Amino acid sequence: MVLVYIDQDEQAIKKASLEAICYGVALAKQLGTTAEALLLGNVSDSLSELGKYGVCKIHQVDNATLNNFDARVHATVIANAAKSLGATVVVFAHNVNGKAIAPAVSVKLAAGIVTGACALPKTDAGFVVTKTVFSGKAFASIQIDTPIKVISINQNSFGLAISDGNASVHSLNLEVPNSTIKITSVDKIKGEVPLTEASLVVSGGRGLKGPEHWGILLDLAKALGASTACSRPVSDADWRPHHEHVGQTGLQIAPNLYIAIGISGAIQHLAGVNRSKTIVVINKDPEAPFFKAADYGVVGDAFEVVPALTAAILKSKGAA
Amino acid sequence: MNILVCISKTPDTTAKIAFTEGNTKFDENGVQWIINPYDEWYSLVRAIELKEKDPSIQIHLVTVGGADTEPIIRKALALGGDEAIRVNNTASDSLVIAQEIASVANAGNYDLILTGKETIDYNSASIGSMLCALLDTNFVSSAVKLELNGTTAMVTREIEGGEESCTSPLPLIVSCQKGMAEQRIPNMRGIMAARTKPLKVVEATVQSATTSIKNFDLPPAKSGVKLVDPANMDELVRLLKEEAKVI
Ligand SMILES: Cc1cc2nc3c(=O)[nH]c(=O)nc-3n(C[C@H](O)[C@H](O)[C@H](O)COP(=O)(O)OP(=O)(O)OC[C@H]3O[C@@H](n4cnc5c(N)ncnc54)[C@H](O)[C@@H]3O)c2cc1C
Ligand SMILES: Nc1ncnc2c1ncn2[C@@H]1O[C@H](COP(=O)(O)O)[C@@H](O)[C@H]1O
Repeated sequence: MVLVYIDQDEQAIKKASLEAICYGVALAKQLGTTAEALLLGNVSDSLSELGKYGVCKIHQVDNATLNNFDARVHATVIANAAKSLGATVVVFAHNVNGKAIAPAVSVKLAAGIVTGACALPKTDAGFVVTKTVFSGKAFASIQIDTPIKVISINQNSFGLAISDGNASVHSLNLEVPNSTIKITSVDKIKGEVPLTEASLVVSGGRGLKGPEHWGILLDLAKALGASTACSRPVSDADWRPHHEHVGQTGLQIAPNLYIAIGISGAIQHLAGVNRSKTIVVINKDPEAPFFKAADYGVVGDAFEVVPALTAAILKSKGAA
Repeated sequence: MNILVCISKTPDTTAKIAFTEGNTKFDENGVQWIINPYDEWYSLVRAIELKEKDPSIQIHLVTVGGADTEPIIRKALALGGDEAIRVNNTASDSLVIAQEIASVANAGNYDLILTGKETIDYNSASIGSMLCALLDTNFVSSAVKLELNGTTAMVTREIEGGEESCTSPLPLIVSCQKGMAEQRIPNMRGIMAARTKPLKVVEATVQSATTSIKNFDLPPAKSGVKLVDPANMDELVRLLKEEAKVI
């Protein structure tokens, strides 16, 4: 049985977990077994509706203390659940919480693990999982040599498959170790899609010259309904908040569309965005390295091109 | 107070990524090696900052690797580690590395174990979490802030779309990322002092890996950029809608 961990935050199911469910369901089909899911704590979303992602059974350890994330406690409960349910593969989203617990669960299950997988494993001979390495600059195919396997999958790498279906919900009684971690505050940027979950991203670099010029970028993002990102020097100079920094030492993202404005395309920047499906580069220097990694390019002054692009988008939306 | 900082060696961020032996090995030809940026800039420097506030803190470094990791560990000593341990094991399997670090941790008495968020070559983001299970010790990942107050740590970690702050009793394992500390460069005094700081080598104790790398691939090259006239943004919108189908 393939067991998928459902990650939650403030009692809402994370988008990345829906993708993990779809991955687990496809993997179970490939292995000729079933996929089930596991939730710790409780959520306000309807669990049975998760059936539409193909999972038929959901196990819930309905203990409110588990609504507060504690890597040590969560990993212990998940490993015990996997043991008592007889899971042979455990699937996580490779998101913040998944990174914190999937390797610990693998230790407890004596399972080999591949983190950051980007495709279904090859199971014709052995069990070989492909993952991104060197910050997206290459792929490695890794064989897991243990009977039980743990996989965490990169966000936005598998996609969602939706059908009809309802899942049955079963409560699972497991001992929950005492947590000694006390959450003191949660500080969220309200009303914004987290950058790692955004499908459209507009990003600015040093070419925009200063924080006072970000208006044209924000207008474009608003017209598209996109989230905003930036290069490292921009966040280092406090032109933009640190959580917008993408690249090798910032967030790694894989949106459907990444628009880079006044960013040269240094290798460390590309490492954070090269998994984007479509890349548009706006730069006044035709020699900027970013054009080599782009699908569409506009050689021109951002201060003219960006407002024109915003107007064209608004025009096309008005026409639609 | 004892802090154990886990130091790993990675290719320089601008290194050419290529493979040899039928795409089964990373081509190390001409590659410059650096301290993994997360380990250097964030975990090590944060440990140094904490020591500056409380000089009774001792900073211990651990690396699992062959003799070729010694320049890296010397640089970490030059930045401000007090002593270093190298476990002579060249395995690349995360569990083997974590088990070696866990046995170093068990042999010492560390209040805080710091790792980087991930290494920039294999991007496993696994060691801290594995240590949590191996040592049955609290773990906070992707931390952007870390303060100590007696035997309690105050940690802020990144979550999707924001930050979450918590307190934990020591001992504690923390994986560190941007925000933790300000990058530093070693000075001459540090470099001189590092030459005589203790660097102990201990033999490998773990061998059996649970995973093995079969081969590497490079991503397919982009077919080439399509340039759009800056005066014709309607065309770009059309391409994004009809060709790329992303808006
Ligand atoms: C170990 C290491 C890790 C790093 N990690 C990261 C990382 O995670 N993320 C990251 O982003 N960087 C990272 N860097 C830094 C990286 O090397 C680059 O310095 C950085 O990405 C450059 O940012 P930029 O493109 O905004 O600025 P620049 O390189 O200065 O580029 C500005 C661009 O704007 C263009 N421009 C100027 N004016 C205009 C205009 N009016 N209209 C249109 N275009 C214009 C210019 O032609 C130029 O191409 C790292 C570096 C190191 C050494
Ligand atoms: N060989 C190693 N020796 C010591 N520490 C390591 C080693 N490999 C990884 N680490 C630590 O674990 C962190 C996460 O690495 P990884 O799980 O390999 O992505 C790194 O930032 C280091 O702090």
